[in-house]
Amino acid sequence: MAILTHPVVPLLEVSGLTMDFGGIRALDHLDLRVRHGEIVALIGPNGAGKTTFFNCLTGIYTPTGGDLVLTPPGREPRRLNGLKPNRITEQGLARTFQNIRLFKSMTVLENVMIGRHCRTRTGILGAVCRGPRTRREEQEIVGTSLALLERTGLADQADEVAASLPYGAQRRLEIARALATEPLLLLLDEPAAGMNPQETAELIELIIAIRADGLSILLIEHDMRLVMRLSDHIFVMDYGRRIAEGTPAEVRRDPAVIRAYLGEETHDA
Amino acid sequence: MAVITPKDLRNAAGVALWFMFLTFPLLVVKINTVARTVEWRWQNLLWVGVAGFVASLVSRLFAARKLARQERIRQGLERQLPAAGRRLLGHPRLRLAAEVVLALFLLAFPTLFSTYQVNILTTALMYVVLGLGLNIVVGLAGLLDLGYVAFYAVGAYTYALLNLHFGLGFWTVLPIGGLLGALFGILLGFPVLRLRGDYLAIVTLGFGEIIRLVLENWSDFSRGPSGIANIPRPGLFGLDLTLDAAIVYLYFLTLAMVLFTVFVVNRLQHSRIGRAWIALREDEIACQAMGIDKTRTKLAAFALGATWAGMAGVFFAAKTTFVNPASFTFLESAIILCIVVLGGMGSIVGVIVAALILILLPEYLRAFADYRMLVFGAVLVAMMVFRPQGLVTGVRRTYTPGR
Repeated sequence: MAILTHPVVPLLEVSGLTMDFGGIRALDHLDLRVRHGEIVALIGPNGAGKTTFFNCLTGIYTPTGGDLVLTPPGREPRRLNGLKPNRITEQGLARTFQNIRLFKSMTVLENVMIGRHCRTRTGILGAVCRGPRTRREEQEIVGTSLALLERTGLADQADEVAASLPYGAQRRLEIARALATEPLLLLLDEPAAGMNPQETAELIELIIAIRADGLSILLIEHDMRLVMRLSDHIFVMDYGRRIAEGTPAEVRRDPAVIRAYLGEETHDA
Repeated sequence: MAVITPKDLRNAAGVALWFMFLTFPLLVVKINTVARTVEWRWQNLLWVGVAGFVASLVSRLFAARKLARQERIRQGLERQLPAAGRRLLGHPRLRLAAEVVLALFLLAFPTLFSTYQVNILTTALMYVVLGLGLNIVVGLAGLLDLGYVAFYAVGAYTYALLNLHFGLGFWTVLPIGGLLGALFGILLGFPVLRLRGDYLAIVTLGFGEIIRLVLENWSDFSRGPSGIANIPRPGLFGLDLTLDAAIVYLYFLTLAMVLFTVFVVNRLQHSRIGRAWIALREDEIACQAMGIDKTRTKLAAFALGATWAGMAGVFFAAKTTFVNPASFTFLESAIILCIVVLGGMGSIVGVIVAALILILLPEYLRAFADYRMLVFGAVLVAMMVFRPQGLVTGVRRTYTPGR
């Protein structure tokens, strides 16, 4: 229903985003937007600049030009350019990584607890004295984190070391950890990569459930079945530029997309 | 079952020969500088050969047994058991008993042993504090700090100088030493925020040397290499203590300091900020992406680590009643780092055990005079080969009691 209350302003508005690495232009005036409650997919051939875009969005890179604006429901728009990664997470963007980056020697539960860091306050003194406030906060952290593990189907492995989880579970743990930061927009970088069909099916269910909670999702994915099934809107990139956008049906028919994925054709196949 | 094969024997013989070759210059050749003669002690070579051969065979047997066991576990014939020590400590009654015995032993130590022994143990306990402090920086936050001794020096000179110029006592200076340590920790922290690993190690190494060189050369300030003497020992409500009593008193103070450190480090480790440190160590980018402020977390680690070094420095000055820059060389940093690595990164018990071993072992090895550093080095090498994760591996805390 968030869409009704905010008919005009999208949650995330990216305009003219440019990223240069020396002489190489990895992102070239990219425009993209995510509306409240939408699942948006960003697709494109390898090396198109999708992950670079994520890295700009989450503050790992500082974009050379353009604007990243996040408008939380009922609040003022905020420009995200140049903010440090942790500030961007505080604003309500959380991400997963293409090549899983869990805290390997920590337990599954602790990984999710780290996600609560930016929503909790205990400092050094609080930690040493461990007064009632700190204890309450710790309980809240553990409770919320366990609930998230329950949701992502990892509750039984809560006390296991993260590195010991099977691949698909590690991907889900990354999602649980990102959710722990209470994001408005969840960024998933190839969440289905390397998953078997069973795991992918579970992932699709999880993503739908997350959206049902009112979160917006922006995902990079190569698994076209997943993309077509989940997305409300698709942006297609190639060579750092946006080459197409639209609903799954529109994108599927777009000649520019077919060209980017299948190569130039001289006559109809 | 594992059987010794001719191949094992050949390998063991090879190892023995290699060790004989390695230790030859140290153990066999002895130059008598007074008589200007060279002594050849061939019997030592024989001992090294025999010991190397046996040790190599034994270690091979153990390795084979371990492999066979893992194979059986893999096939589901045997269950993986936690290490014996952990099983014992997991038993609450046994654990309590062990703790009580240890506490009684530590309390009775000064009455049971001579002042000399008490002195040595006090030193070892001070290294426990240093080790636990560096453990925050290296073990938890994963920031390789090779200049840790600089903060130790800051603490020691804080007491020495404040006492010299203003007559301030131990108890007043202790918190000041800690604070100044923290301040210097932040001073070092700022420029190295972007650095990691080797680069961080080099800069911290340089920082440690800078502090020492300043103390050595700025004579007006620190009295240079000749140091500052006649630093008073800690007082006890204005009572005059005899030398022996003062040593025992300092022993108990250091013991209290260790308990305090363990308490604080333990709480920090299992808190929001402790988890942030470990996350920072594991993956800096993911850590930031999860909303952790890298700058603040790193500075907090540097500052807190340095606080303990500062306070340990005040203890050091009070214990030796004399400070000079020679006490704060890179070797000290290296020993403290050894304590952390040997004990097991991030493990409090490990650091305590390692500090006691590393400081007490060379003392009690004095009987072997010439070889004590050799044995010391051999122990470290053996550790890294057989237990690279350290004496005690940190156990991840579980938060799900009902499970």
